[in-house]
Amino acid sequence: MPVIVKIPAPLRPLTQGQSEVSVENAATVQAAVEDLSRRYPGLRERLLDDKGALRRYVNIFRNDEDIRHGKSLQTALAEGDKLTIVPAIAGG
Amino acid sequence: MRTAVILGMGGLGCPAALALAEEMPGVRLLLVDHDRVERSNLARQILFTETDVGQPKAEVAARRLSRLVPGARAEALVHHFGASSASELLAGCDVLLDGTDSFETRFVANDAACAARIPLIHGAVLGWGGQLLAVLPGQGSCLRCLFEGPPPPGALPTCAEAGVASPLCGVVGAAMASEAARVLRGERPHAIARLHQWDALRETERDVPVPRDPRCPACALAPEAALRHP
Repeated sequence: MPVIVKIPAPLRPLTQGQSEVSVENAATVQAAVEDLSRRYPGLRERLLDDKGALRRYVNIFRNDEDIRHGKSLQTALAEGDKLTIVPAIAGG
Repeated sequence: MRTAVILGMGGLGCPAALALAEEMPGVRLLLVDHDRVERSNLARQILFTETDVGQPKAEVAARRLSRLVPGARAEALVHHFGASSASELLAGCDVLLDGTDSFETRFVANDAACAARIPLIHGAVLGWGGQLLAVLPGQGSCLRCLFEGPPPPGALPTCAEAGVASPLCGVVGAAMASEAARVLRGERPHAIARLHQWDALRETERDVPVPRDPRCPACALAPEAALRHP
């Protein structure tokens, strides 16, 4: 069973409008991000900084767990997990 | 007299102010915005009309609210909210609603609310997406528990670049008013420690839990905000 990644509205132009995409065989969040980055050019730059760390204005949740409070990108994934990408938005 | 400060009289501030004035007409509403009405605002900034173009948003909004809602106590402050004036502006504030369109301002508002122990209702929209987070300093998480800080200029699209779904502004603005009314009644808002998200394109909503960060520079050391009962 793949890992499901929920794509927020501001990033959907990079995933051809898809609100959910799946990732196969990703052992960590890092691996999932790298897989997505290969399939959807431009996504990596939106999620990670020049040093490969999660950008300070983007967050990722594994199921209900904020990965920044744990092992961040090294958070382990299991089949059936859901990743939710949450970028800051400021429109009003 | 209880006071709600509303930052940004735009697509969120307008419906939030109207809904809060209707729900709690005795509450003093301090409407803060340094900007002027533009023609492109009119589709979603529901307190303004064609004849208001060029006038300060805060002043027009206060006048219109006073006409629309008998007993409304709306005051205008044409002012750019920033760190230097935040503590003075928030003195006497019972709840802060942030509907601004600037990342920097949003983090300043979050930090000032945490420091002053003032409940903050954070609402934001972009494209077809919206979000809401209620911050009760000392009792839940805050914006900095979710994001470490604002992006550099140009890193993320703004409303001007990505557009915003006008009907969604009404939905999120009304939800902000509803949460603020709960605070003003001495009740706990619903969106504590969770980010409520709307996807207006697919008509879906979901909650993302936002745990409190024990190392958060804004709220980890904040004393508990006490909900004052009216």
